[in-house]
Amino acid sequence: MTTSAPWTPDQPIVSLRDVYKSFGSLEVLKGINIDIMKGEVICIIGPSGSGKSTLIRCINALNDIQKGSIKVEGQEVHTDKLNKLELRKKIGMVFQQYNLFPHKTALQNVMMAPLLVLKEDKASTEKRARELLAKVRLADKEDAYPGELSGGQQQRVAIARSLAMQPDIMLFDEVTAALDPETVKEVLLTIKELAAEGMTCILVTHEMGFAREVADHIYFTDRGVIVEHGAPETFFDNAQDERTKLFLSQIL
Amino acid sequence: MTKPNNFAVLKPTPSSASLQYDPMTVSRFLGTMSPWTLFAIFAVLLIWPTIASAQSGEAVRPFNALWRWMPFLITKGFLFNVLISFLCLVIGTGAGVVLGLGQISQRRFIRAVSWLITQLFRNSPWLVILFIVMLALPYEMTIFGEVYYYPAWIKAVLGLSLPVMANISEIVRGAIRSVPNTQWEASEALAFTRNQTLWRIILPQCFKRMIPPWMNWYAILTMATPLVSILGVDDVVNLTRQAIVAENNRPELLMPFFGFVLILFFAYCYPIARLTLRLERKFAVKL
Repeated sequence: MTTSAPWTPDQPIVSLRDVYKSFGSLEVLKGINIDIMKGEVICIIGPSGSGKSTLIRCINALNDIQKGSIKVEGQEVHTDKLNKLELRKKIGMVFQQYNLFPHKTALQNVMMAPLLVLKEDKASTEKRARELLAKVRLADKEDAYPGELSGGQQQRVAIARSLAMQPDIMLFDEVTAALDPETVKEVLLTIKELAAEGMTCILVTHEMGFAREVADHIYFTDRGVIVEHGAPETFFDNAQDERTKLFLSQIL
Repeated sequence: MTKPNNFAVLKPTPSSASLQYDPMTVSRFLGTMSPWTLFAIFAVLLIWPTIASAQSGEAVRPFNALWRWMPFLITKGFLFNVLISFLCLVIGTGAGVVLGLGQISQRRFIRAVSWLITQLFRNSPWLVILFIVMLALPYEMTIFGEVYYYPAWIKAVLGLSLPVMANISEIVRGAIRSVPNTQWEASEALAFTRNQTLWRIILPQCFKRMIPPWMNWYAILTMATPLVSILGVDDVVNLTRQAIVAENNRPELLMPFFGFVLILFFAYCYPIARLTLRLERKFAVKL
């Protein structure tokens, strides 16, 4: 199934080829092609219901696909032989609703996966967890439970929790959509720093200004297909497709 | 002609009028009673026959008889019921947790079998289950060539454990289902295995939620233990009957004696129901 040649960093780190996905009779993705290089930041935008979230959930196999190929670091995702755990160790994911574990403190949330999944020792995990919380500017909230934190703070803990697994790729699924306007900025700042450090990021977002600023490449999806894609400047200032123009005129 | 203004208006439905089935009915009924109910039962069941018999000139006799039997009825009778209820709770909880986890298994076969067993014992009359177990199980068991005899009450414990098991299976399943699906997803994305997710993420979150309904079933179970008297096990009800017989079967003893048994059950289950309701309020979910 997989090509015998091992993956090298000059090849796409994530590669989608002709991906089809449907829920029952509802076709959500209709032939998606995307290549992402290591260290790239790409933003997927588009009207709601256009399959953006489904698309990135396919990359870490939270959703399966009907047809096509998804390769992550050369490893085929769309196969029965997939080792999901190994795949997910490479890919971090942050959700719209944060999905922190409510019965654990911020620090414990960050430490859990490295301890249980990677079986790392407690001392070094704790040290790294504290560093990560400091990095997302929540060093003083280590012992707070998710219920005691604001949405923006919870989302930053969720980012730290994903980073604790030391992933190669981060997926962000509309991470600011559920936030109050004043807390959106702090989360975006965290992501921006992450992107600047060279993390490969795939974002589904409605924050056009942010997308323009941070993305290397923008993909616009509508009704399950990629209508248009390009560098932010050309995409936002010189969109070619009518649907893209319409969407941008509505949102900007 | 003006029609009366009776459009269907969305009014907030009072909870008492809700058609939703409330699995905690027993605890809610018991727990919301005034503690004075105990004395009311005393008054009705103990004093009334005393007054009745006072007219025949034997005012204090029923009380004297009850007083003599009380220690026996409590230690040999009621405590035995408590023992039976405890054993049933332990067995029923253990088996019920396994069955409940079976109901959310990823294997379709295990899921189906667990569901079937749960529904079967949850929706059968307890007494019928008891009879079947009493009659189906042998009185002796041969293990490694040695014959063991065991008393009828052990079988009664097994019989009562089955419906408890089924109901606890439903509690476990319901509690796990009550945790948002996104918790499973987040754990999956962090590369937790299914078992790790279940035991480290999901169950710790819903453990507290299971305690009130679990205690509710304990109260129901305790009140159901007199069923074993029908099958010849010497529980508090059987012993009370025997005590009355020993006191020459005098009819004025009926109310005080069985009233006393009722009070014992009430005094035991009432605090449990109160505690159950308190815990339910305390653990009311905030997500």
